[in-house]
Amino acid sequence: MPFAESFFPQRFGIATRDLENHLSEALSQGGDYADLYFEYLSASAISIDESIVKSASQGVSLGVGVRVLAGERTGYAYSDDLSPEKIRKAARVAACIAAGPASVERVSLNEGRRRNLYPVLTAPTETAFTDRVELVKRADRAARAYDGRIFQVQASYADNLRQVLIATSDGVLSWDRQPLARLNVSALARANGGPPQRGHAGGGGRVELRFFLAEKTPEHFAAAAAREAIVMLDAVEAPAGEMTVVLGPGWPGILLHEAVGHGLEADFNRKGVSAFSGRIGQQVASPLCTVVDDGTIAHRRGSLNIDDEGHPTGRNVLIENGILRGYLQDKLSSRLTGAAETGSGRRESYAHIPMPRMTNTFMLAGESDPEEIVRSVPRGLYCPDFGGGQVDITSGNFVFSAAESYLIEGGRITRPVRNATLIGNGPEALKYVSMVGNDLKLDEGIGVCGKEGQSVPVGVGIPTIRIDRMTVGGTA
Amino acid sequence: MSGNGYAGLAAEVVKQALAAGATDAECTISEGDEFSASVRLRELETLKEAGSRAAGLRILRGRHTGSAYTSDLSSGGIRQMVRSAIELADITTEDPFAGLPEAAELGAIDGDLGLYASDVEGLPTEVKIDAARRAEDAALRADPRISNSEGASFDTHVGRHAFANSRGFAGEYCASYCSLTAVPVARAGDSMERDYWYSAARGFAGLDQPEDIGRIAAARAVRRLGAVKVETKKVPVVFEPRTARSILDNIFDAVHGGAVYRNESFLAGKLGKRVASERLTVIDDGTIPGLFGTSPFDDEGVPTRRTVVIDRGVLQSYLLNTYTARKLGLRTTGNASRGLAGNAGVGNGNLYIEKGAAPPAELIAGIREGFYVTELIGFGVNIVTGDYSRGAAGLWIRDGELAFPVSEVTIAGNLQQMLMNLEAAATDLEFRGSMAAPTLVIAEMTVGGR
Repeated sequence: MPFAESFFPQRFGIATRDLENHLSEALSQGGDYADLYFEYLSASAISIDESIVKSASQGVSLGVGVRVLAGERTGYAYSDDLSPEKIRKAARVAACIAAGPASVERVSLNEGRRRNLYPVLTAPTETAFTDRVELVKRADRAARAYDGRIFQVQASYADNLRQVLIATSDGVLSWDRQPLARLNVSALARANGGPPQRGHAGGGGRVELRFFLAEKTPEHFAAAAAREAIVMLDAVEAPAGEMTVVLGPGWPGILLHEAVGHGLEADFNRKGVSAFSGRIGQQVASPLCTVVDDGTIAHRRGSLNIDDEGHPTGRNVLIENGILRGYLQDKLSSRLTGAAETGSGRRESYAHIPMPRMTNTFMLAGESDPEEIVRSVPRGLYCPDFGGGQVDITSGNFVFSAAESYLIEGGRITRPVRNATLIGNGPEALKYVSMVGNDLKLDEGIGVCGKEGQSVPVGVGIPTIRIDRMTVGGTA
Repeated sequence: MSGNGYAGLAAEVVKQALAAGATDAECTISEGDEFSASVRLRELETLKEAGSRAAGLRILRGRHTGSAYTSDLSSGGIRQMVRSAIELADITTEDPFAGLPEAAELGAIDGDLGLYASDVEGLPTEVKIDAARRAEDAALRADPRISNSEGASFDTHVGRHAFANSRGFAGEYCASYCSLTAVPVARAGDSMERDYWYSAARGFAGLDQPEDIGRIAAARAVRRLGAVKVETKKVPVVFEPRTARSILDNIFDAVHGGAVYRNESFLAGKLGKRVASERLTVIDDGTIPGLFGTSPFDDEGVPTRRTVVIDRGVLQSYLLNTYTARKLGLRTTGNASRGLAGNAGVGNGNLYIEKGAAPPAELIAGIREGFYVTELIGFGVNIVTGDYSRGAAGLWIRDGELAFPVSEVTIAGNLQQMLMNLEAAATDLEFRGSMAAPTLVIAEMTVGGR
């Protein structure tokens, strides 16, 4: 599709010539790089609680962000009005970060090469509400039907369709249509008037609505949430202190996101404030560990055809056989350090300045049989599901919280334990990985990553792994 | 702030919704200008400046709700929003508890609440950059071990908020906010640590001196250097005000009307019962002039008020909006809070723990061995069960003194017991945000380490 037939020219009459003029305006005070990010986001959300569909909403937000770089400086302004006068005004505000005569000659835009990792003909956001509301009703029914001890169910479904147009002063003109959908289920169980326990599940991706009808159904997520709540009814106190931990496959890959991912974002490393700064080429994990960040996997939640700076996403090796290989770059960091761009510049919306972020972060499969990994542990903790995590990138200390975990006693998974936080130190924790399973699994498509107040969708993945030493924050 | 009369526009949107078939409607309009300047290693790093506005509409058709929002406030954009909200009422379920507040419950508190300070708008960019530069410079000069910095930033927000509904309420107010933050990085040998300090106020004149912010941030980062991991053991835990605030955050989640009626809070069904030590009194007050949780009316047009949540250990009230109050057979506490989409949720006004009688140093002096927590990370709090397990850093208390820094440990317990085991609240209550707590001492928690 040529540019003239794409969304923004069609809907708002934006022409290449206009974009070139706005970029020239942005560089009029001597900035050395500028870009424009147009966004039109339609979103909807439906939720059910107590078997009643209590809320349904839909809406549109649109705007344009103008960024100007001058050396290490960034000027940023945005407008929620796409008229040429308002964009020009935003460009003039952003331009002021630089002080001097214009140094860039006239900008000339060229259409970049295009690909489509999420060939979604009809985005869920474009389908009938009557079809989408069925998803939460089915999830509610299925979770209640799972077990008589389930007494409370909430399910929510949210989707959005983001149209973006990015024009940069180094001549790149790119655009993308980014669908995203997610279904979440939460269930509460109670036995004999005892205290309640909660289970969670959810998933989705850059998919058609059919994904929830044919591949991962509401019943699939409902059963997973209900099962977790029921399991937790028998949970005993979690242990406290250092022990061997076995992570199950899939979402426990959040370990990688917290332990190494954030610490490898180039902004922190350019500034020398990450625990990983200056450690490229060093051993930061056991030789069994190879960790990649890959934004090119079809239909995944964390995938993008182009990042939010118009650069194609890629498959970036972060750690190879335990050796730190590279950082995740955005435009600013790669310009300042001379490192190649990695397609990792992301932003929450047109009102936000892009920065280096992860896409889908996972560890490659190893050779161990997952059952053999559990059998090898005399006493430890097995964690197949987690809640959220967080990291202090400077000290490298990170946490992630087990939502479902079990004691391993004599090589067997035994009793479930109550929620506990696991804590470790980024450049050290993965050195204790002694077995890596052959069962790599990516998560179901539920992740939201927060950094400096900006949220973006991400994915994680991991095979079953054994970590010989990690601190578990229980009470027993 | 340019323009006004958003309350009039909101009322007009409500009128259009009724004409289009809604039986009730409520409309929120927000407009805001944001500014941010950051400085790193004494050089200007970013400048950001912009304004935006948007509207949200929630309608009822009988007991069915629908909601829509838009950033396009043109007449075409408004028409589309009204159509979208009406369309959605067809797919929601009849909910006997859905509805607006009763007309008699609507209103706004009078008088100047001190939400808007005129010195924020029009503050010269150079002054704002200079404040950030001074804060960072003070941090960099404070100690030779401050080797690096994530910078300092000066942020402002000036906004206007309007709300109208079909029961006759229409109101609006302006609010301003500014803050100055410094984030220095300290280094000694292989140990690298960062910390931050900030000041926030409704007006520029209310901010602390930039040099003080920088010095405090630097001292906080330096005192973390060389932290060790302690052995796993049960000890008294002291939360400094910054981390004590997070306990208050957990209490808020547990008294949130939505969690209570769904039985997903460990405080559900405990009204009138002892849930904490008698040293704990928790109050929510949305009426205190100049503070960050203050407003004349909540997001359903109900006046804000002072609510005693926990009185000397006894649970006195949940925090409720109209819907959660009806579900529980109670009255709204004026705590409705909403964005532009969906139904109103529950938010806090100024939620705080009443201060006690002893200064923090005196409380620490009475502890032979314990953990003084200055930072918490992670989300390991389960409000359904009260199970509590978070990553922590701070200082080890030995013989009544802060002896050495500790990191990469967890603290764990259960909120029900933690509240019962609250030994003391100190005198150092200070409102730095919409939630505030003094130093708190909890008799025993499990510190997970080596």
